[in-house]
Amino acid sequence: MTNYIIRRLLLVPVLLIGVTLIIFGMLQLLGPVERSALYVRDFPKNEKQIEGLIKKYGLDKSFFEQYWRWLNGVVDPGSGERQGGILYGDFGYSRTASQPVVDIVKERFPNTVDLALWTIYPMLSVGIWLGVKAAVNQNKFVDQAARVYSIIGTSFPTFVFGLLILMLLYAKAGWFMPGKMSDWVSKLVFSGELKQYTHLLSIDALLNLRFDVFWDAMRHMIMPIITLSYINWATFLRVTRSSMLETLRQDYVVTARAKGLKENDVINRHARPNAMLPIVTMAGSSIVGLLGGVVLTETVFNYPGIGKAAADAAANLDVVTILGLAIFTGTILILSNLIVDIIYAFIDPRVRLA
Amino acid sequence: MTENNINPTGDNKLLAETHSTRKISWLERTVGPDNYRILKGLVKTPASIIGMILIAIFILIAIFAPVIAPPVGNDPFKMPRDGFVGEPKGPGSPWKKNVPDVPFWYQTLTGNEEWVHLLGTAQGQYDIFYGIVWGTRTAFQTGFIVVVATVLIGVILGSIAAYYGGGVDNLIMRITDIFMTLPYIMMALIFSSVLTPILGRSLLPPMIAMIAFGWMGYARIIRSDILSIKERDYVLAAKASGLKSGRILFKHILPNAIFPTLVLASLGIGDVVLGFAALSFLGIGTEVGYADWGQILSFARNWITSLDKYWYIVVYPGITLTLFVMGWNLVGDAMRDVLDPRMRGKS
Repeated sequence: MTNYIIRRLLLVPVLLIGVTLIIFGMLQLLGPVERSALYVRDFPKNEKQIEGLIKKYGLDKSFFEQYWRWLNGVVDPGSGERQGGILYGDFGYSRTASQPVVDIVKERFPNTVDLALWTIYPMLSVGIWLGVKAAVNQNKFVDQAARVYSIIGTSFPTFVFGLLILMLLYAKAGWFMPGKMSDWVSKLVFSGELKQYTHLLSIDALLNLRFDVFWDAMRHMIMPIITLSYINWATFLRVTRSSMLETLRQDYVVTARAKGLKENDVINRHARPNAMLPIVTMAGSSIVGLLGGVVLTETVFNYPGIGKAAADAAANLDVVTILGLAIFTGTILILSNLIVDIIYAFIDPRVRLA
Repeated sequence: MTENNINPTGDNKLLAETHSTRKISWLERTVGPDNYRILKGLVKTPASIIGMILIAIFILIAIFAPVIAPPVGNDPFKMPRDGFVGEPKGPGSPWKKNVPDVPFWYQTLTGNEEWVHLLGTAQGQYDIFYGIVWGTRTAFQTGFIVVVATVLIGVILGSIAAYYGGGVDNLIMRITDIFMTLPYIMMALIFSSVLTPILGRSLLPPMIAMIAFGWMGYARIIRSDILSIKERDYVLAAKASGLKSGRILFKHILPNAIFPTLVLASLGIGDVVLGFAALSFLGIGTEVGYADWGQILSFARNWITSLDKYWYIVVYPGITLTLFVMGWNLVGDAMRDVLDPRMRGKS
């Protein structure tokens, strides 16, 4: 197992370098004026300024020289200040949002985490439950229905489903709303009356014992939660069903039945735990996916997370911003995938004992 | 001879078949028994038949688009506009300005001389019916081109990796891993927004972006298929007779390994169209007014407070897109069962 983990850890720098190279390669498709947003906030006003920028930040140097500067930033000889440099946490400047890209991340990422946090449980529990039900009743009505559902579920485009949910639950019924919070809540937040311990609105509301704020946060999050769970249920159903069917055919399940165990015990204590291994991987990558910014869902519901920020920047063709966000999400994804793989190694005896 | 004589339980059909005088159709003879089994799987379950019917309907709509919705002006992919009013109009409202030719089927079916907005108009008075019909052509175009290109890249990289093995394999597969780490929609979105200023607003930027981040799955599949075929006797024979490795790879190995990939890939059109629609929903891709399903849906983003009133901007293009994707998924689902190695030799 140590071997496995070491090999897995060695892969991380490779992935990081690869991802940064891909993203930097895309940046190179831009003109020097746009690329100068990596280092300075203001748009250059005339030819002379442009030339100065190109010279100062080496925007006409070779690919790898520029890549190096992009990673490390450029130290201003006069003031000694470092400008740019993603290794130092500077992703450049968003000229359409008029703020550093890092500030966008700081502002938006907690919202994405908030949403992911509340989606995990409904997404996993219902999907797995449906899959087990389908497998136990193989080829019976429940199973057929589940199969039809999983095909419809995987075919339903996220944004169409989201728009329909908006139509029914917001425009028609008015129960829930898009966005992040109501005006009165945002006043509470900005005035500092609602203390921000974690920057996750729903959690902060609970910590402040403001249940009205919590309820408001939930009313804004329920529609995206439904959408995200719905599209993931179909996949979980499918994977759980096939893994469960596989397990039910194993000898130890036959033995358990032969011992005269109740069918419920056979399924819940012998079959299901063993069928969970492939699902752990799936669950891991789904949760990682939720953190990586759910562009479509956040955009449909106007939910101000990382994904929405990326979509906005893309619609405004603000490439430096969107690539900065990509570096951030890419890093988050690589690190959380690493964690998932290591957890998996601990759970699966075949890896653990290898 | 009867099957029952050989095997009283009737279980061992495979054995029976090899001994029987079963007629072999010309199709089976041309494509070979393995591939024939795959083709048969296409029409085996009711689900896949429904899927095929859906796909067939969309193909017909695409072919007969000029008859179903006669174009106005030179560019048929530009949705005709009935004025410039912002507010959408409901289904069945009369067409006032810029009326296109009334399609003959409409006259014969309803006896009406006046052409109406069958499915309503979106904001800016773009006709939704027209957009859906001609959007079918856009969908097939993008789907087809992107799938062909991704398969080509995937097959080339995957087969090189599998055939040469060792360091080459390692390098190519690590690059594949790196591309797979990045979330697909986000990267496609990013790359097309990088390309848009260079290439202008058209179908190209999202298509190139989807190709650049969509080939990895095919590379993996073809690689594993080739790895299993590489050790067969006829490949060894080809090597022993001193053929060049390029010739062995492309003449002897690939033709025998590629069929499952091609089947899966052709069914990938559904996913590609879905991705393309998602990108245009986010406002990336074609210019405003191009007949494309995602774009009609993106109009709905400006009306979310009154979607109950303007339901038709969401429901009609939404159902169309869903049915399109579902058609490919239904067939794809049946195919995956047939292609699953654990199922081989069972049908």
